[in-house]
Amino acid sequence: MRLKNCVPLAAIAVLAMGVAACGEDSESSEPRDKPSFAAGTTMERLSNAQKIVVGTKFDQPLFGLKGLDGKPAGFDVEIAKIIAAELGIPADKIEYKETPSQVREQVVEQGTVDIVVATYTINDKRKERIAFAGPYYVAGQQIMVRADDSSITGPDSFKAGDKKVCSVSGSTPAANIKSYLQDEAAQLVLFDTYQKCVDALKAETVDAVTTDNVILSGFISKSDGAYKLIGTKFTEEPYGIGVKKDDAEFRAFINDVLESIATDGRYEEAWKTTVGKVDPEVPSAPAVDRY
Amino acid sequence: MSVLVDQFSVFVNGFWLTLQLCVLSAIGALLIGGIAAVMRIAPAPPLRGLGTAYVTIFRNVPLTVVFFFTVFGLPALGTTADFLRIPILDLAFPRLAIDLPFFRFAIIALSLYTGAFVCEALRSGVNAVSPGQAEAGRAIGLGFRQNLWHVVLPQAWQASVVPLGSVIIAMIKNSALAGFFGLTGDLSQSGAELVTVRGFPVVPVFIGIAVGFLVMTMPLGLLLDRIESRGAMTR
Repeated sequence: MRLKNCVPLAAIAVLAMGVAACGEDSESSEPRDKPSFAAGTTMERLSNAQKIVVGTKFDQPLFGLKGLDGKPAGFDVEIAKIIAAELGIPADKIEYKETPSQVREQVVEQGTVDIVVATYTINDKRKERIAFAGPYYVAGQQIMVRADDSSITGPDSFKAGDKKVCSVSGSTPAANIKSYLQDEAAQLVLFDTYQKCVDALKAETVDAVTTDNVILSGFISKSDGAYKLIGTKFTEEPYGIGVKKDDAEFRAFINDVLESIATDGRYEEAWKTTVGKVDPEVPSAPAVDRY
Repeated sequence: MSVLVDQFSVFVNGFWLTLQLCVLSAIGALLIGGIAAVMRIAPAPPLRGLGTAYVTIFRNVPLTVVFFFTVFGLPALGTTADFLRIPILDLAFPRLAIDLPFFRFAIIALSLYTGAFVCEALRSGVNAVSPGQAEAGRAIGLGFRQNLWHVVLPQAWQASVVPLGSVIIAMIKNSALAGFFGLTGDLSQSGAELVTVRGFPVVPVFIGIAVGFLVMTMPLGLLLDRIESRGAMTR
């Protein structure tokens, strides 16, 4: 995704992931019978080597967050484990490499990692350099307000110029909301973490906090009803899995995997053990885009 | 390096806001520091104690913590620093008057923090004036206020100029922190946004930020050198 700092969420996320990390390890991440692949494909190479390098975030609560045990955990990590399992690689043979937003294309191009599963929004600019399997999840930007506030109904409520909104500096949601503001200087507050935004919302210094729906759900779930989400997602951020640009076979394979887990319950399980801790409503897996 | 040319207006706008913040904070710091310095050398012990307590607290607490208490503490106390919405001044500094309080909070945090250092710089200047001067003043019948105003402070000022300049230069650089406490559009915050959101390369952008700060601090340094050399002649 697009946020770099989410320290406060880390706390709940660590808790959630801790439970997840102990609880699962069920059949979803165990390799099935060793599959066989056509000679010369990436699948065969990885399967024979019994090792896959996965690029993911280490600082993204709920999706890829490295916990105190030193292992990243989250929805992205679960998806990576499923793909590895389909290649016949057990979960403990996966090597995770920290892949912050700025270097994602680079590590795929250079072959430092085999796949990138890192809240990686599919867009055309990125498709020029690498290829995407998926999407496996569609995130979107939403707005959170105090529960007793009914004056904000959606992003258009900021156009009047009197409502103040908070987000994290350097993030895509912060850039997106700017187009709805009348006067940036008087309406937009940027902090380095979302917790500070939530504090400002509580202190009534700002009227709303905006970022991806999943992150807001995390705050709402622990707020005892002090905050609520309003409206619907007003952006679409389809998360894909980055592979080398010319590796059409590997991309098709991952797409097949994503299609099969959408119906056989493994997608649902991956969600429930990670993001489901704050957003119990399991999304329906989006249709993969075999462009 | 083309980002410096293409995005020149971003740097200029950021520079302008940072400059406004620094001018107002410097005024605030000199006022607070001056008052605290007078308190610390005043003949009344309670005043001295109060001045010492202020300096001890704000000189020894990290600026980040001061910012934290200001930005998240003041709203909790129910204030948005509206006393800084000074009527005529807000024509020159429009950010003072807007609803969002973070510009005003940044001024308060920077002034309180820097004021402690200003106080000590002034006090060191006062200490540099030989005790004979004040005694001579008292001998010709001057009171504390007259003695301070006509004898001690004019001499103390000269000894304080250089340390004061260093304090203000440090404050200008410290102002970069404001961008992380809710202030939008200052030099460092808008520069950082060029990198993280719009994908410009890091090094040229930070060169631009550094140049912006140099444009503020270097003329100040030169000015202080000149004041110092003029003072040296008159002494």
